Amino acid sequence: MTYGFQRTATGRVVLRVDQVERGLLMSVARQVMDLVQPAEASPDQDPLAAQLGWVDGDVGISDDPAVARLLPDAYDDPDDAREFRRFTENDLRQSKMQHAMTVVEEIERSGEKVAVTSTDSWLGLLSDARIAIGTRIQISEDNHEELAGLPDDDPRSGLFHVYDWLTFLQESLVRCMDPALYGFSDDDVPVAEEE
Amino acid sequence: MDWRVRSRSIPQLPSSMGAAYGGVAAFAGSCETEAVVYASIPVEAAPQGQVDEVVETQRPWITIVWNDPINLMSYVTYVFMTYFHFSREKAEKLMNDVHHEGRAVVSSGTREEMERDVSAMHSYGLWATLQRDD
Repeated sequence: MTYGFQRTATGRVVLRVDQVERGLLMSVARQVMDLVQPAEASPDQDPLAAQLGWVDGDVGISDDPAVARLLPDAYDDPDDAREFRRFTENDLRQSKMQHAMTVVEEIERSGEKVAVTSTDSWLGLLSDARIAIGTRIQISEDNHEELAGLPDDDPRSGLFHVYDWLTFLQESLVRCMDPALYGFSDDDVPVAEEE
Repeated sequence: MDWRVRSRSIPQLPSSMGAAYGGVAAFAGSCETEAVVYASIPVEAAPQGQVDEVVETQRPWITIVWNDPINLMSYVTYVFMTYFHFSREKAEKLMNDVHHEGRAVVSSGTREEMERDVSAMHSYGLWATLQRDD
């Protein structure tokens, strides 16, 4: 049973997960890590450049559409885009890795009720996972019904259900952020039982 | 943007997921269908030189956030408020501009400042570019 993220009366954020959901979240986080993990520096790279996290040689946007969307070009101009990517892509990969690793750690040290402390990491991971899956199943603003109606044996069907679930989770977490600050009504925020 | 409001609707995972416990169908591997081209990330698709929101003049570089079919409207608003410290009204207006116009200028300043903003947007998962404000 999916509850989504909930705020306790003292303002903590918790996520109740069963075994299936827990396994799905771990799998999703690990697959995001597989997509964004930085390439290992080649042994003959300039050591200072390697230390600074610069990408060795010439890198362009990924041929994989999901990676291309997770690590997009910053400039329209291809030369500017490549130059920017050389100096920043590893940092961006590291930041996404860090989000996913933090989520895995928080799940691993919790039982059925996950104490969510790094909310920004959770939001980042949920966003990256939805981007990766949404790109894979070619989601658009008007094909949700079509994807929802796919037969079970269509490979996109399972991914769509996971995407839909992650969407629900992310929306519930955004609503858990300070409701007054973000203008959501308190009624929108589910409150968990304090233990 | 994903416009559906789903705070009340709880999606059910199909029961077959139980059997596949721990295993979301793989999406991390390189994609096999050549049809999956994510809109080719075409920055040139939008009209140049037409700025939705002129933040300030005489500041030569701007950060543009582009619409995508995935990010949630609530999340985009949250990012604008958290990173740029915009009021909720301003964050929502810009979010709506992204959603309806396809893009919005969210900041302006030096090239270095805009590179920082674009990197931050990418870290949040938003699709952003910078360019000279012409």
